[in-house]
Amino acid sequence: MTGGRWRQGWRELRRYPSALLGLAIIAALVALALATPIAIPYGEALAKWRGSEAWQRNPVNAAPLWLDRLTGGDAPHTLVVESASAPVEEHAFAGGRRLRIPLAFDYEAGGFPSELNLFLHAPGHAQPPFARLTWRTPDGRELGLGGYRIGARERIALSQDRALERRLDGLVPHIGLLAEPGSAAAPGAEPRVLPGRYTLRLDVLVFDEAAACDAELVLYGRVHGIAGTDHQRRDLALALMWGTPVALAFGLLAAVGTTVTTLVIAAVGVWYRGWVDATIQRLTEVNMILPILPILVMVGTLYSTSIWLMLGVVVVLGIFSAGIKMYRAMLLPIREAPYIEAARAYGASNARIVLRYLIPRILPVLIPTFVTLIPTFVFLEASLAVLGLGDPLLPTWGKVLNDAQSQSALYNGYYYWVISPAVLLMLTGLGFAMLGFALDRVFNPRLRSL
Amino acid sequence: MTSSPAHGADDQAPLIAARDLHTWFELRQWGFLRVGAVRAVDGVEFALAPGEAVAFVGESGCGKSTLARTLLGLHRPTRGEVRFAGRSLGELQGRALKAYRAEVGYVQQDPYGALPPFLDVRRILAEPLIVHGVRDRAERERRIRAALEEVRLSPAEAFLNQFPHMLSGGQQQRVVIARALILAPRLLIADEPVSMLDASVRVEILELLRHIQRERGLTLAFITHDLSTVRHYAERIFVMYAGRVVESAPVDDLLDHPQHPYTQALLAAIADPDAANATRLREVPAGEPPSLLHPPAACRFHPRCPHFMAGLCDVEDPPDFSPRRDHRSACWLHR
Ligand SMILES: Nc1ncnc2c1ncn2[C@@H]1O[C@H](COP(=O)(O)OP(=O)(O)OP(=O)(O)O)[C@@H](O)[C@H]1O
Ligand code: SF4
Ligand SMILES: [Mg+2]
Repeated sequence: MTGGRWRQGWRELRRYPSALLGLAIIAALVALALATPIAIPYGEALAKWRGSEAWQRNPVNAAPLWLDRLTGGDAPHTLVVESASAPVEEHAFAGGRRLRIPLAFDYEAGGFPSELNLFLHAPGHAQPPFARLTWRTPDGRELGLGGYRIGARERIALSQDRALERRLDGLVPHIGLLAEPGSAAAPGAEPRVLPGRYTLRLDVLVFDEAAACDAELVLYGRVHGIAGTDHQRRDLALALMWGTPVALAFGLLAAVGTTVTTLVIAAVGVWYRGWVDATIQRLTEVNMILPILPILVMVGTLYSTSIWLMLGVVVVLGIFSAGIKMYRAMLLPIREAPYIEAARAYGASNARIVLRYLIPRILPVLIPTFVTLIPTFVFLEASLAVLGLGDPLLPTWGKVLNDAQSQSALYNGYYYWVISPAVLLMLTGLGFAMLGFALDRVFNPRLRSL
Repeated sequence: MTSSPAHGADDQAPLIAARDLHTWFELRQWGFLRVGAVRAVDGVEFALAPGEAVAFVGESGCGKSTLARTLLGLHRPTRGEVRFAGRSLGELQGRALKAYRAEVGYVQQDPYGALPPFLDVRRILAEPLIVHGVRDRAERERRIRAALEEVRLSPAEAFLNQFPHMLSGGQQQRVVIARALILAPRLLIADEPVSMLDASVRVEILELLRHIQRERGLTLAFITHDLSTVRHYAERIFVMYAGRVVESAPVDDLLDHPQHPYTQALLAAIADPDAANATRLREVPAGEPPSLLHPPAACRFHPRCPHFMAGLCDVEDPPDFSPRRDHRSACWLHR
């Protein structure tokens, strides 16, 4: 219908580098938003984010890889040593077997791991197996780590072994076990890594013919993935990725919902005048002094923090927003345009005049406003989440910030935890703002020439 | 010397007639206090025969456009009625009112605002057809092309996809005329169709209107404040003053033998060679244009009239007299 005009608008828009940059940012966000649900389906994302086994082999509060790269460090990555690839020795005896599982690995990283866990998996035993652990360092020392009775699934948190810590001169096991002997003896000296080949030997007694025992030694790194992890070992990449479609959908739906309803109501008021217009005006004035954030906080606290409920409240409160005054001012002169009178003369209905002749006339002016409106709703959603009123299920940028805040991320030096969602939020704002401002320059002078 | 109920052709059934027509605009303070009324149309009577072309002439603000809008049913008359083909407009509802809208075409004063700027010519012309239930796309396209050809926007293809701002003023006004004709009306109301156009295209547009009116046998009511061109484009003239028709007659008779002092003043101003721009009525005749909020009592023209008769003209409304055959004038001079 108005293809020519849009094409002309696009041609003009291309002349603004800021518009192209904004478009590129938006395109990247949209691509991410579209790819995310394909890569990690909704149900899976929700289940994972709720917390699950899947994160067990992730370090706690690990920094993203890129941060390590930037600081030039060679922070340790997570190292997993599995019994499946170890040369297991077996000796049968009356009523059972003795297994010797050497979990050997080369440790060359510049720093110590953040944690040390041993996972043992011994299903199908009538009588629980028994394992004795021995730690062997590159310089040939051997250290007994004690004996354990193993259930079907066992996690041996070596890092939390207080007795072991005392035996290691007060160094936590994940440091003490890998430190150069005596490197921390002098007061104020930092322990140094003793590089080389380490072995954790498991001597397991199983009392069942059929059964086996798998072991997995995890030396948790200090960096993880592109986004790092949080206090629950969850990969922040999941939340940051899923936060994109959620944020864009929320922003877009809220912007469309409020703009369309506001516009239609403003046009109806302008067209019918009289008490219709007066009622709309009074409702708008009342609504303008209603504070939106406290109302949302109230709904969230008393009722539910579902993001869709919040969206509904935002749209409902947005219907009679201050935008009505602006649209009304723009529509009033158009109401008197001769072409509207001509339409009445050929019998166009009121609905047709409002929807087809009044509203389209101001659409070009609204596009920039609309585009800049989207990120404000994204920020609103994030603010709610930071206030602890984020959606209970969905991982979102705001909820990442909320977690970071409740774990005192900045105080603890986990800057990445705050920076990544903040950067995504700012990129969203920036992308839409740059496009919006350019659109404003493209569309609004055009309006004067109409 | 006899008074007649209406300025009109009595010989055949009129297509459209106004009876005692008043359109007043209430002025309110604070939205409810009634502080007076603008009497834009204040007692107009006439009847137009089918196929007749007439002109309404009068200075700016005398109520011409308001009369046009009242005839179109865009303003509800304060008093009196408009009858179209024997039915009163006030009684038309819903479907019948919509049918009436198809019977009457409207060409506005200002072509630049008369076309929606965001629609192309095809869509602009399709709108009335869509509104009146022409569902068939091919049928619409056929009628749109025919209408463009009729207003000499030819070949039609060259204009179908144009937006109003790509067209010249004259071309825009042709599109407006095409839109007014596309529903095949019986009456066309043209409100100063050329006043906003360049002088160079005025005659073309007026000729086009006259041509279409003759071809289609349309009734044409055309409003102007330019007396100099009226002779060629109308058969009858109605002279309006302060919301009333003060004189009406066949065009030659009126221009050659004006009866009402107001008409005489108008024509004298045109004839005056010193008044270079006097073909426009805005500047003539001398004196204040009447206030429609507080119009002069009785004869509206009496404060400016050279023949003013105190005690008569400002006390009693002059009725319509018929000083010549087919010629009506509302002035006590003819008593
Ligand atoms: N909708 C309205 N509400 C109030 N007053 C109106 C309205 N429409 C017209 N008027 C007033 O009615 C009077 C007649 O206006 P109208 O437009 O009919 O005059 P006109 O003869 O067409 O003048 P012009 O030659 O300038 O077009 C004017 O005083 C005008 O201000
Ligand atoms: S009625 Fe009287 S005032 Fe009016 S035009 Fe005639 S002479 Fe003049
Ligand atoms: Mg007018």
